[in-house]
Amino acid sequence: MNRLSYIGARLVKTVLITIAVVLLSFFLVRLAPGDTATVMAGQGGFADEAFMKSLRAEYGLDQPVLVQLWKYISAVAGGDLGNSFVRRQPVLDVILERLPNTLLLNAFALLVAVAGGVLMGMAAARRPGSTTDASMTVLSMIFYAMPQFWLGMMAMLVFSVWLGWLPPFGLETMGADYTGLARLGDIAVHMILPGVTLALYFMASYARLTRTAMIEVADQDFVKTARAKGIGEGQVARRHILRNALVPLITFAGLQSAILVGGSVLVENVFSWPGVGTLAYEAVTTRDNPLLLGIFIVTAVLVSLFNLVTDIAYSIADPRVEQGR
Amino acid sequence: MKDFLRVFFSRPIPLVGLVIFAVIVALALLAPLLFGRGPFIIVGMPLLPPGAPGLLAGSDVLGRDMAVGLAYGARISLLVGITSTLCAVGIGVLLGAVAGYYGGWLDDLLMRVTEFFQIIPSFVLLMVLVAFLQPSLSSTVIGIALVTWPQVARVVRGEFLSLRGREFVQAARTLGMRDARIIFTQVLPNALPPIIVVGSMMVGSAILTESALSFLGLGDPNLLSWGSMIGGSRSAMWVAWWTTVLPGLAIMITVLALNFIGDGLNDALNPRRRR
Repeated sequence: MNRLSYIGARLVKTVLITIAVVLLSFFLVRLAPGDTATVMAGQGGFADEAFMKSLRAEYGLDQPVLVQLWKYISAVAGGDLGNSFVRRQPVLDVILERLPNTLLLNAFALLVAVAGGVLMGMAAARRPGSTTDASMTVLSMIFYAMPQFWLGMMAMLVFSVWLGWLPPFGLETMGADYTGLARLGDIAVHMILPGVTLALYFMASYARLTRTAMIEVADQDFVKTARAKGIGEGQVARRHILRNALVPLITFAGLQSAILVGGSVLVENVFSWPGVGTLAYEAVTTRDNPLLLGIFIVTAVLVSLFNLVTDIAYSIADPRVEQGR
Repeated sequence: MKDFLRVFFSRPIPLVGLVIFAVIVALALLAPLLFGRGPFIIVGMPLLPPGAPGLLAGSDVLGRDMAVGLAYGARISLLVGITSTLCAVGIGVLLGAVAGYYGGWLDDLLMRVTEFFQIIPSFVLLMVLVAFLQPSLSSTVIGIALVTWPQVARVVRGEFLSLRGREFVQAARTLGMRDARIIFTQVLPNALPPIIVVGSMMVGSAILTESALSFLGLGDPNLLSWGSMIGGSRSAMWVAWWTTVLPGLAIMITVLALNFIGDGLNDALNPRRRR
């Protein structure tokens, strides 16, 4: 199997996942008590039977389920995720407005997690069973036991409330009206606490994965060959072992992105980061079901696209996978 | 069994976990006896620090006793953690067993579904589920079970795949046993150890998930849980650290104890990890 057909197969899979997400959403809507008409009528305060009937006709709720499903799928395919009950704006527009902030935060967190995790994993792998190694295992156990939102609040308590080093919330300083580089710097400073909170949880997993992979790779013949050639220990670790140990991290980054998004919802809320996560919370508190569902669809599609990208990147880094299937 | 206990208690960590967990369970069970008035009663001024007269853990934004809240919160966390895991294990065992035992298209279909749940952001899906079903104790449990069963199904499927060709299964078939009986009385008992290990780890993560939901206001509005205690105290964090620190510590200690137990179970039940 060559690369093109591998990518083709992965593309088909991504499309199928997207269709499944839309199908799931269609049935999720039916979980909520009452239909769109009762919700809208409830917001209006009063509605008689005739008005309800006209509402149901207007939204096609009096048609067979399969017809409704078909209409729903074609609407979503055309980028129409419905209208926000509260904002009276198309759901997609509301989400797209907030999306860049979330992408920025998540990209930063991913970067911190990978960089920090790889460094920690390398340190632990140097001498398995050492104090460094053991203390990292203990630390990661503690991190896994903390609610992520609480970790964020504790970071805020220490670094903003008690020490006063970092701004506790928001994307930038309100009313400062910085421009250009000063604004970028301001945003970067605001991103540190939420970004590192989001990253810490994943750093532990990356550290563990790097450690295992490095110990595994260090045992292989080509490493012994490199050592036998008289290459220094540091260069063996960096050039030969690390380069090969990093390959599994690519797939892992893809798989973890779904959890990253979930964590982002909580961390954004703790730090009032104006992204999709705080939007999801607003949707919950205002009972804006179309908006909440739209956020699910958009994040699910983005995560599956990101998985497509990491799978393709993996196939380039390790061409053996293309033969696998 | 003797062997299991010997390995489980050979290291201090599982024992520590078990002791802490027993204390928390006792506290949760005894809460109504110790604090009969319930966690919503106002007992004094708001935001009194821990150690104020009669208030071991201080009071919260509304002047309610934090110690009572912490004890009652343990009930919710343990209840949700254990019941949602049991539901998830139930669904996961059933579907995983069918997929692994029969293989073929059923197996293919189930594996695609499992993969789907791995790729989509399950916490966002959980938020949608709970919000649409209306936040309550049962919607929390159902929601968590619905997004976590695939983990169990994968493990069970793997076990069944490797066990279904063994002689004792063939023997059972030759005896004329029906498939359902073979699955539940012959194969399942042999697949139990990894299911127990996965289940024990899931209780802790279910507790974390519940706390996240109630922190966002998606918990049962009529019950006080550790997550809702933290969520409700956010504005007070700046002046009264204990209102957010203590419930978070409670969650952390409980989950840590459960993970310690899970670690011990893994050592004792997983032959590959035995030294």
